[in-house]
Amino acid sequence: MSKYEMVDILPIETPPEIDPSAPLVQVQDLEVTFVTGMGDVQAVRGISFDIFPGETVAIVGESGSGKSTTATALINLLAGNGHISGGKILVDGTDITRYNENQMATIRGKVIGYVPQDPMSNLNPVWSIGFQVREAIRANGIASGRKDVQAKAIEVLQQAGLSDAERRMKQFPHQFSGGMRQRVLIGIGLAAEPRLLIADEPTSALDVTIQKVILDHLESLTRDRNTALLLITHDLGLAAERATKLIVMHRGKIVEAGSSLEILQRPQHPYTKRLIAAAPSLASRRIQSSVVAHVVDDGVPDMLRLTARREAIEAKLDRAPIAVSVKDLRKTYTIRRGGFRSEPLHAVDGISFDIHKGTTLALVGESGSGKSTAARLILGLEKPTSGAVTINGTAMTGVSRSDLFKLRRQMQVVFQDPYASLDPQRSIGAIIAEPLRVHGVGDRPAREARVEEILDQVALPTALAHRYPNELSGGQRQRVAIGRALALKPDVLILDEAVSALDVLVQAQILQLLADLQEELGLTYLFITHDLAVVRVVADFVAVMDQGKIVETGSTDDIFDHAQQPYTQRLLEAIPGAGIEFAS
Amino acid sequence: MSDRKIEHYVAPVDPADEIEVDRVKLGDRRSNLWLDAWRDLRRRPLFYISAAIVLIVSAAALFPSLFTNVSPTLGCDLGHSNGGPAGGHPLGFTFQGCDVYSRVVHGASTSLSVGIFVVLITAVVGIPMGALAAYYGGWVDSVLSRVGDIFFAIPYFLAAVVVMSVLSAHRNVFVIALAIGGFAWASLARILRAEVLQVKNLEYVMASEAVGRSRFATLMRHVLPNSLTPVIVYLTIALGAAITAEATLSFLGIGLPPTTMSWGNDIAQAQTSIRVAPMALFWPSLALTITVLAFIMLGELIRDALDPKARAQR
Repeated sequence: MSKYEMVDILPIETPPEIDPSAPLVQVQDLEVTFVTGMGDVQAVRGISFDIFPGETVAIVGESGSGKSTTATALINLLAGNGHISGGKILVDGTDITRYNENQMATIRGKVIGYVPQDPMSNLNPVWSIGFQVREAIRANGIASGRKDVQAKAIEVLQQAGLSDAERRMKQFPHQFSGGMRQRVLIGIGLAAEPRLLIADEPTSALDVTIQKVILDHLESLTRDRNTALLLITHDLGLAAERATKLIVMHRGKIVEAGSSLEILQRPQHPYTKRLIAAAPSLASRRIQSSVVAHVVDDGVPDMLRLTARREAIEAKLDRAPIAVSVKDLRKTYTIRRGGFRSEPLHAVDGISFDIHKGTTLALVGESGSGKSTAARLILGLEKPTSGAVTINGTAMTGVSRSDLFKLRRQMQVVFQDPYASLDPQRSIGAIIAEPLRVHGVGDRPAREARVEEILDQVALPTALAHRYPNELSGGQRQRVAIGRALALKPDVLILDEAVSALDVLVQAQILQLLADLQEELGLTYLFITHDLAVVRVVADFVAVMDQGKIVETGSTDDIFDHAQQPYTQRLLEAIPGAGIEFAS
Repeated sequence: MSDRKIEHYVAPVDPADEIEVDRVKLGDRRSNLWLDAWRDLRRRPLFYISAAIVLIVSAAALFPSLFTNVSPTLGCDLGHSNGGPAGGHPLGFTFQGCDVYSRVVHGASTSLSVGIFVVLITAVVGIPMGALAAYYGGWVDSVLSRVGDIFFAIPYFLAAVVVMSVLSAHRNVFVIALAIGGFAWASLARILRAEVLQVKNLEYVMASEAVGRSRFATLMRHVLPNSLTPVIVYLTIALGAAITAEATLSFLGIGLPPTTMSWGNDIAQAQTSIRVAPMALFWPSLALTITVLAFIMLGELIRDALDPKARAQR
């Protein structure tokens, strides 16, 4: 136990003579170009904005909007084939785009700190956490000498919210959870007390409850030190909740910028309007506010309209028969613990629920809650340890292989990752027709006709049948995956995080498509997700899973309005944007 | 500071932004992994060079009469022993007075058949071993992988030397291919195992099983086709390496019998007279080197063409 144990947060140094009314960073007509084999690609096309001392600014955009490129351009850490091709970045009035590597090193860490996107890959697994923090401290010249550096490292980690920092410094990244790693990265980013901290999607890889804790912590740290914060995110709700100023980017340009609340309440640009309409995280706030009482149907997918439509249909389906019934389903894995010892892991620990025909049940949980294992059990991809699954009154568990084969026609699945769920070597037509071929449905021309019908149903051109998945975007691939699931005209679809990997506008389109299909074909959905915001829009009933058990079930409105369990309440509070006051 | 007014900026509406979200944009040409790789290959001069060499060597192996009418064995005249180029004999004569050019042309057939047989044996044994081990896992993996490890642990060239010494009475192209390929498949099985382990966890494999396809059918239809890239690359390079191995064994006198025409045998025989007639050694060596190089280059090019990441770097 050293004397440093008692070190607490150091008194904040007042930065040397800085005019708080002058901007800290001014970006003027910034252009970034990437040189690729296919020619030059301009990722950022002339954007300008200012960041003032102590201010929190959020850049919001979909993938490919140039938001992360902007962030990396600020500290000149662009990928090798990218360069700043125009404009200026002024830090305290000095243009840093002309700086060489050595001059940039005086900016990075000390003036502008950076928290990278993925906590899993941004710590070197072969070095201890302590080593990596000390390295950052030495590189920034904050402290020198073994003891001072060590003391500073402990202090940095303590401030980052790592209790027991001294002991944990000897540990390696794999011994840290994702949230802990992100704390370490934030600690490193703030170690040299920069005046601006750039956080690039700092919490996208984390569970919502951890996300909230990390963001709260980041907010209090930057507020205490009067550090400006540039938050890069795809989540409009999160951005609006955390930042005073919002910059909306689209295809390398700023489409709208201004105060967060003003943009949310009175968006001017059509793109911003579409984004707000499509953001599930804002939907529940919008439901409760009067600002948006009138939603016009202008062909743009809107979460509110979707919710209203679901509620209208739900009322009619109260007495529908049960389509899927799960009774006391269990799956226990044996985990090896070194030597010949092993211990059981109850991945799914006795879950039961019913889904009525034509309705949607959302199975919600954070990572490790067992929801995906449950999906695999219900699909019959894995054998449950005990329990029963019944589809339309027929038991799926404990039946022969040929009976299970027939039952599969009634239940299909859509997976999360649109890039991994389609075989790259098969044409779209072959992918959609695969279930038909496997089950021997129809002859060749009949199958081709069915493929065209399905492509039409999922709103894709029929010409796609002879193309391959590599020509499609993520959203289009997900449509193909939905099409494949529909091929056998199943009654039940299991949607395993089916919209989680998509950009918000595309996600809205897919949610709309799923709602249309449900109404048209009377489908029953089991919607497995970690995202409670989406649940509000799509689900009729909710089952919340935690550590293999269902902790709470109820209708969507019941859960959102009167959650009983503290775990559910925490999940609800953690939805980004939950704290925004919409009503003006 | 907090009093500072945040101005509300709205960009002029760009009509290009108004186009439908996520509209399908199809290229003019169909595109998939193999088509793209083929297009990529056709842009590379090195591909034409190595493909041309491979084609010429194959032609020489199949139809040596296209290249020469001089017999490599008959009409050898000791009077020409180690002689330089002469009319109708552009590369000179061997120690035995045979035509060097003719021998080089006729040797191609032996080298190429050894290479092809080795590749066949490697593929027939290595692909099932690697694919089944990785796909089924558990005890199947334990058994198959340990068998592979045993073969992997034996230096395959040493093993080939032993096999060829034991089977000295039956030295022919098949036996030598068996001696080389019988021990080289373990590397292929390992490479394929690693690839299948990755592919089998992808969602399209799960989707195929959820549709009701059996596990084995899924392996054949989805997993194997998507794991073949490194196999093709490895086998192309292995073909070149097998040609070298045959030449080395023949050079050491435990490969093909001296009566069989092969570049390795020619090199072995020419080395005795290297001081007086270095060219008799040089020409078969050059043929060997260029052929092996062509196959290895081809393998590397295919690897680049099939790996989209490597392509994006250029």
